[in-house]
Amino acid sequence: MITAEVLAHSAPDGHAGASASNRDVEIRNLRKEYRAGQPVLRDVSVTIAGKGMTAIIGPSGTGKSTLIRCINRLVDPTSGQILFMGRDLATLKGADLRAARRTIGMVFQEYNLVERLSVIENLLCGRLGYMSWWRALLRRFDAADVARAFDLLEAVGLGEMATRRADALSGGQRQRVGICRAIMQNPDLILADEPTSSLDPKTSVEIMEVLEKLAAERGIPVVVNIHNVELARRFADRVIGMSKGMIVFDGPPSALEDHHLIEIYGGKGWLEG
Amino acid sequence: MSTTLPSRTLRDAFPANWTVRALWLGLVLYVIYAASILQITWARFVIGLDQGGKFLGRMWPPNVQAQKVQLITEGMLESLQIAVLATAFGVLLALPLGLIAARNLTPPWASWTARALIALLRTFHPVIVAILFVKAVGFGALAGVLALVVASMGFVGKLFAEAIEEISMKQVEAVRATGAGFLSVLIMGVLPQVMARFVGFIIYQLDSNLRNSTMVGIVGGGGIGATLFTAYQRFDYDVVLTILLVIIAIIMLFEVVSTRIRKVFQ
Amino acid sequence: MSTAVSTGITREWQRFTLGERLGRYAVYVVSAIAIIWSLRTIEVIPEFLYDAPAQTYDLFERMWPFDWRFWPTVLSGLIETLHTATLGTLMALVLAAPVALLAARNITRSVALNQLANLILVSSRSVNSLIWALLFVAIFGPGALAGTLAIAFRSIGFVGKLLGEAIEEAQKGPIEALTAAGAPPMAILLKGYWPQVEPSFWSVALFRWDINVRESAVLGLVGAGGIGVALDTATSNLYWDQAGLVLATIFTVVVLTEIVTSRIRSKII
Repeated sequence: MITAEVLAHSAPDGHAGASASNRDVEIRNLRKEYRAGQPVLRDVSVTIAGKGMTAIIGPSGTGKSTLIRCINRLVDPTSGQILFMGRDLATLKGADLRAARRTIGMVFQEYNLVERLSVIENLLCGRLGYMSWWRALLRRFDAADVARAFDLLEAVGLGEMATRRADALSGGQRQRVGICRAIMQNPDLILADEPTSSLDPKTSVEIMEVLEKLAAERGIPVVVNIHNVELARRFADRVIGMSKGMIVFDGPPSALEDHHLIEIYGGKGWLEG
Repeated sequence: MSTTLPSRTLRDAFPANWTVRALWLGLVLYVIYAASILQITWARFVIGLDQGGKFLGRMWPPNVQAQKVQLITEGMLESLQIAVLATAFGVLLALPLGLIAARNLTPPWASWTARALIALLRTFHPVIVAILFVKAVGFGALAGVLALVVASMGFVGKLFAEAIEEISMKQVEAVRATGAGFLSVLIMGVLPQVMARFVGFIIYQLDSNLRNSTMVGIVGGGGIGATLFTAYQRFDYDVVLTILLVIIAIIMLFEVVSTRIRKVFQ
Repeated sequence: MSTAVSTGITREWQRFTLGERLGRYAVYVVSAIAIIWSLRTIEVIPEFLYDAPAQTYDLFERMWPFDWRFWPTVLSGLIETLHTATLGTLMALVLAAPVALLAARNITRSVALNQLANLILVSSRSVNSLIWALLFVAIFGPGALAGTLAIAFRSIGFVGKLLGEAIEEAQKGPIEALTAAGAPPMAILLKGYWPQVEPSFWSVALFRWDINVRESAVLGLVGAGGIGVALDTATSNLYWDQAGLVLATIFTVVVLTEIVTSRIRSKII
């Protein structure tokens, strides 16, 4: 944890030098029951490599979203362990949990920007875990953070929009801001929960390209939930297929064959034509 | 960082908004100025706190002597009666008033007259109206009822008119097409569409009248307010506290009951 | 048409369960009983009622023409009333904000604390401004300080309730995003909730200020300062031409406030 913090401050441009350290996410026997006796995740065990992009595919309601939300504890697991950077994320509380969360960026399906704040302030919201609340109140953001936020916006083609309100943006633009906010955290891991599901096909590809590029430049591993198999094949280094709360496929995209998809999604009619 | 282009700063991210700053500054200056005009000073506040401690000491414990309880019960029952009657008559009178004020049913001259009347009825605080009625009909519950009738007519009349203006004119036209007269149009085409919301208005107004019926007594309009004011003037602060607790309890009770009634009529 | 009516009725019969129908009948019966009981037991002297129109007419006749020599008193009372309403509203906003946070179930996860906050809010609303004014006059003595506090305490319930509801209606998404970024609770409040609640906050403030101008105009009747003092003096001396001037002034100011608030509202929303 200390290393991560030091790095975050000393190397604002990312973790290029730190990518060698082990950022694997090791999930052991993860179980989640929203209602007792009805598990959404059935003792999932998997190790997600701390580099590149891992896509989790599967039909909706199969526990993909619950799985990645357990990692940053937006959902509290019922039992099991999530080992990351030397801690068990499943047991963290209070300040320790916040310190862990700020090293894990998240991109949401509905972007989840604060609509009435400016674009640049939405980016700087990614730094809230690193500063005291009264500095946030007075907008005394760190000068280096501000400069970095502007650079990021330029990089995703939104430089002109910095001081516009977030609700003035289109869906694709909002998701770019959402990705930048996650990058602003200087994270050791990025979780993306259906980042393209609310977007049209062309924008979806653009968003995946942005996500892949920004993460790869900084050596940040990405775990992305995605129900679009084509996008998963195209961008992921590894695909995990889930069905009914269990992992039914785990391998490189090239190994993903039709019979796997039938097992994951059920039926076969949708594959034809 | 020195290698990159001149990086943009906090000032670029959050350009100074002078309008907002001026408004905040104005607000602060106003508060200081107004407080000085009203002679609200820290010293007075501190003295008041001391005084408040004594006051609370004299309030506690609430007085529950049988004789006082009976007085309070009588006062509270009268307040309830005032509220019930004011709501009943107020709503009854608000019906035609609201109907006339609805711009989609009546000619402009009629609706504007009714709207002006509603605005007039709504302008004055019930206590001021109560003072006038106390002068007109003497001390007692009647003045209180009349004051709250005025308030109810204004409020329900306005809401009723707005509700009617929002109805679908298709149904009204359909009934009109059958050759029905104005009254039939009302009963068949208009009322069914607004009745459900009307129940809500009545409950709301009863609630509001109940609250206000505790107050009109202070200016001679009868009810628990009169009991409260008498106790206050006699420095029987423990009785005052009892009355306050009873008022709060009754109003909370009514909030529970009214939620139930709303459910029944949904 | 008769068929239309009859189908309407049959649909009605099917739409409501027996329980709902019984419930409705119970409400009707209780209402009827309450009205009859009130009519029979309330103390009303009929002669007074018959006399009322004549008395009212007489009252208005004695109000005109206004006694303009009273104007300086009215004006200073009016200014005091406006200050009382404004300061009272501002104070209420400050006092109500923490209670609203306590009442909002998505912020305060303890049911006991939610209930406590609701008790505070209901108490504030149940006690009328005039009664609050009585209490504060007893503590701080007569004057606008008591009036300002009365306005503030009376408004806490209203502002707190609406503000609490606005907080509960805030979208979860942005809050989730800030939580996931490891923001501390205070920062989530400031950057997640406040931007979402801000429009409601100002519109509630404006709405309450409008109400408070009316309310603070009567506080003088119990000695809590403002234009009500002038009204009280005039009516207890039976100087109706002065009372008429006060009433006309209040009327004008209330109408103006309503125009101003609706202007501002249409601008900011």
